[in-house]
Amino acid sequence: MDENDIIICRCEDLSLAEIREVIEEGYTNIDEIKRIIRLGMGPCRGGTCLQLIDRVLAEYQGAGRDEIQMPTNRPPVEGIKLKEIVGDAVER
Amino acid sequence: MLLKDRAETVIIGGGVIGLAIAYNLAKKGMDDIVVLEREYLGSGATGRCGAGIRQQWGTEMNCRLARKSMDIFENMNELLDTEMDIELKQQGYLLLAFSDKEMEQFRKNLELQARENIPSREVTPEEAKEIVPHLNTDDVVGGTFCPTDGHANPFLVVKAYEDAARRLGVEINTFTEAVDIIKEAGRISGVQTDKGFIATDKVVNAAGGYSCQIGEMVGLDLPVKPERHEILVTERVEPFQGPMVMSFSYNIYCQQTPGGPFLMGFGDPDEPASFNRKSSWHFLEEMAKKTYKLLPALGDLRVVRQWAGLYNITPDRQPIITESREVPGFYMAIGFSGHGFMIAPMTGILMSEMILGEELSLDINLDLERFEKGNLILEPSVV
Repeated sequence: MDENDIIICRCEDLSLAEIREVIEEGYTNIDEIKRIIRLGMGPCRGGTCLQLIDRVLAEYQGAGRDEIQMPTNRPPVEGIKLKEIVGDAVER
Repeated sequence: MLLKDRAETVIIGGGVIGLAIAYNLAKKGMDDIVVLEREYLGSGATGRCGAGIRQQWGTEMNCRLARKSMDIFENMNELLDTEMDIELKQQGYLLLAFSDKEMEQFRKNLELQARENIPSREVTPEEAKEIVPHLNTDDVVGGTFCPTDGHANPFLVVKAYEDAARRLGVEINTFTEAVDIIKEAGRISGVQTDKGFIATDKVVNAAGGYSCQIGEMVGLDLPVKPERHEILVTERVEPFQGPMVMSFSYNIYCQQTPGGPFLMGFGDPDEPASFNRKSSWHFLEEMAKKTYKLLPALGDLRVVRQWAGLYNITPDRQPIITESREVPGFYMAIGFSGHGFMIAPMTGILMSEMILGEELSLDINLDLERFEKGNLILEPSVV
């Protein structure tokens, strides 16, 4: 399958080919990749892509998936409306 | 990559400041420049900042640095020879005053800004509402607006400087920590890293929130302190807010970035000096309250992520850009007090001129001695 058609990060619409490009430029860390092409920065907060990117990086580095350092897990756990935080009633 | 064991200059800190200095030194022809970054590039304050670029400052030095830096942001593609879109957005900063006293200060700032060729102007609450229609102007007494202020993407500006510096032969070592600076007979003789020793007689402290630790390595007690500031970002929505909305007294800044998400933050007046970079529930709650009151239309936006970073604060909220008198060869570009990103382009040029003993292209005096003399000119316009 064409790696341009394999989508790794759906929120930011990033294909495997685009991710390989950044890795081949010399970036080895998820945090670096995140900042350059916004991998994992969309509304799903890396729900899908972070489960895939570590495999890609592990392959490049000949390492186990466990050895790939995950980015800091940042709150909130899921998207929450500003007015919900304030305590205003929100229709669900 | 192997470390060079000898360098003309070692720069400690791979944020936008360190990289801008490295690039400008290399452009002026210096060889053997090494940048040391403990994590990845932009991992400290640069990559955690609010991404705003503002020229509406309250001191001559900050106005000058910001005004000239804006010229560079506007021409960055040409100057750094890059095709990258740094997401420069110039739709202004709207600063709001909530009391007559605050408005008086704004008018003084406007006079100063006019002298520095910054195109800012006074606005009434009605005009503020024309500029940002969803703004709640109930308690607003006035404000100022500068249409050329705005936003750039800190990650991509870092990458633009990184790429340009590398092309000119700068050695950039990420995940490499400076653990000590070695002196011989009062002068710098090298930097010990966790991956080896680099002989050099010039070191630049560009370590942002950690700059006091680098100062300690040469025996200096620098008048800077790290302070946590928090930010949150919302989901993407169609563009509907052009300018950054900001207030010092109400204590908020909030801007829609070109991609669609809103970035917002405020400065907690009770925040202690520390290296804490964890985000808090308290911030999320306060931020939501402030935003929902001032910009009610934003209430329906979902928060996607919150984080924190370190301001490196000086007593007068102006940076320190100088060579140490006590330790010749030890240079500092520190203490940016929350506005390092927006004045990094000019800082890079000025520091390279200082290191090379050239005449400064901008009349600035941001040395350490001002803190000993007293008579500080305080920057009033900081969130």
